[in-house]
Amino acid sequence: MTTTTAPKMKRVAMKTIPILRPRAPTDDHPLVKIALSAIAVVFIGLFLFMPLLTVFSEALAQGWRMAWDALSEPDAIEAIKLTLLVAAIAVPLNMVFGLAASWCIAKFDFRGKNLLITLIDIPFSVSPVVSGLVFVLIFGLQGWLGQWLRDNDMKIIFALPGIVLATVFVTFPFVARELIPLMIDQGKDEEEAAATLGAGGWSTFFRVTLPNIKWALLYGVLLCNARAMGEFGAVSVVSGHIRGLTNTMPLHVEVLYNDYQYVGAFAVASVLALLALVTLLVKSVLEWQFADEISATHRH
Amino acid sequence: MATLVLPRVRSRSALPGFGFSLAFTLFYLSAIVLIPLAALIIRPWELGWNGFWAEILAPRVLHALKLSFGAAAVAAAINSVFGLIVAWVLVRYRFPFKRVVDALVDLPFALPTAVAGIALSALYASNGWIGAPLEKAGIKIAYTPYGVVVALVFIGLPFVVRTLQPVLTDLSRDSEEAAATLGATRFQTFRRVILPTLAPTLLTGTAMAFARAVGEYGSVIFIAGNLPMVSEITPLLIIIKLQEYDYAGAAAVGVVMLAVSFVFLLALNALQAWVSSRR
Repeated sequence: MTTTTAPKMKRVAMKTIPILRPRAPTDDHPLVKIALSAIAVVFIGLFLFMPLLTVFSEALAQGWRMAWDALSEPDAIEAIKLTLLVAAIAVPLNMVFGLAASWCIAKFDFRGKNLLITLIDIPFSVSPVVSGLVFVLIFGLQGWLGQWLRDNDMKIIFALPGIVLATVFVTFPFVARELIPLMIDQGKDEEEAAATLGAGGWSTFFRVTLPNIKWALLYGVLLCNARAMGEFGAVSVVSGHIRGLTNTMPLHVEVLYNDYQYVGAFAVASVLALLALVTLLVKSVLEWQFADEISATHRH
Repeated sequence: MATLVLPRVRSRSALPGFGFSLAFTLFYLSAIVLIPLAALIIRPWELGWNGFWAEILAPRVLHALKLSFGAAAVAAAINSVFGLIVAWVLVRYRFPFKRVVDALVDLPFALPTAVAGIALSALYASNGWIGAPLEKAGIKIAYTPYGVVVALVFIGLPFVVRTLQPVLTDLSRDSEEAAATLGATRFQTFRRVILPTLAPTLLTGTAMAFARAVGEYGSVIFIAGNLPMVSEITPLLIIIKLQEYDYAGAAAVGVVMLAVSFVFLLALNALQAWVSSRR
């Protein structure tokens, strides 16, 4: 009896107490595992989770009512409307650009292709403030076209067109950089087969190419939209912070915060944080469900 | 002549739309990115060569540049250590809520920088959840250069983790097994086998975090306190110069930042080419 139960008990013990389980030579020591996991979780908790929690807790510091009042105040509503409008212009523009750029880069051979791919990525490596600055230098009061614009009674800086331009600049590469590697990877065999069978250009694109890239396109548009709605630095330079007129949501957050209206600032901020969380959720679902269809080579 | 040339051009691809899509791409790229950047590069030279350098070497500008680059370097160094640990834990271990933690790593990409800025500022202020206990211990973070570093750590973390993750996943365990068979301890294996393999990728991710941090604005200005010559970052200085209608001065500082980010972009491309040629 005892000889048969002893190994059994031992096996149970090994299963339940990880330290006693024999480990593979490439497994880390359980104590190392626990220590590293603890460091990682504490670091992420401290630097990522706590700021997120702070946004919501500060917004609700004086109850739901105060937070709601801050959101339904006219300036806040104007800021929300402006943010939606800017994204509604900037995102489709960059989507069309992303499709055109990836079509010519992935389906055709031409000289200077690698240079073109590098140039498309430039806005990612430019400081947001510099992204706004370039448009002030062209369209601002003392910019290249400043005098001419004033003579013709047109306003770009401190008005909607400037905000849209700055937003388009900072979100420029998002769709293109998702599509280019994927479409290069997919090649052009399917499109050529369609063309051989007599399909026209647009019908080839809509029936063959688009179904192949739809999840990657959605992924790129999602990230593009999140950045367009949340952009702060570039928009801050060109907007002029006119309340109820040229304030997007992130700028409204800044104005309220600098006015010591913390509940209002964090209430608007929590709407943006919710948008970020939804973006992350959809992004994660897309990554888990359609990993291969989003990109064969990279996760970002 | 045209009838002779046309078929040859067309025969290179059976697909339509090359001319149109390339023309649109080049037009849009020029209008949105290249021409505006050209405006930035041309503008400061109205100050003349000496005027340009006088602008850059002014004590306030120099201090802001030092702070931006110094804080970005410290934050990137912190992220290279903790980013490696986070990536290692996420790839190698299994624990509850791993997917949530994994998704949370992307928060700095998705959260608008102004939101991150006011949240970090509230958190590290002297009455904040983290700031209050630290202040009792005599450490001030908010409204000091340390606050700048905290914000830049927040912004840079995903670059390191996301660059490392795919490489860690692909890392073959054969060499680790070989090292163990030859009698190496786990730590020796890490130091002599795993770390050298990861080093170029770790360097790439750290460089990306650094490049992003140098130009960062939104998440920094709320927690920094923005005292001139103490905690004033370079992007803020550009905005201050613009508000004073000193366009050329703002452009001069902007050009320096742009030049540095270009050097980094080139170095990163070279680094990535080197990494992929080694694999």
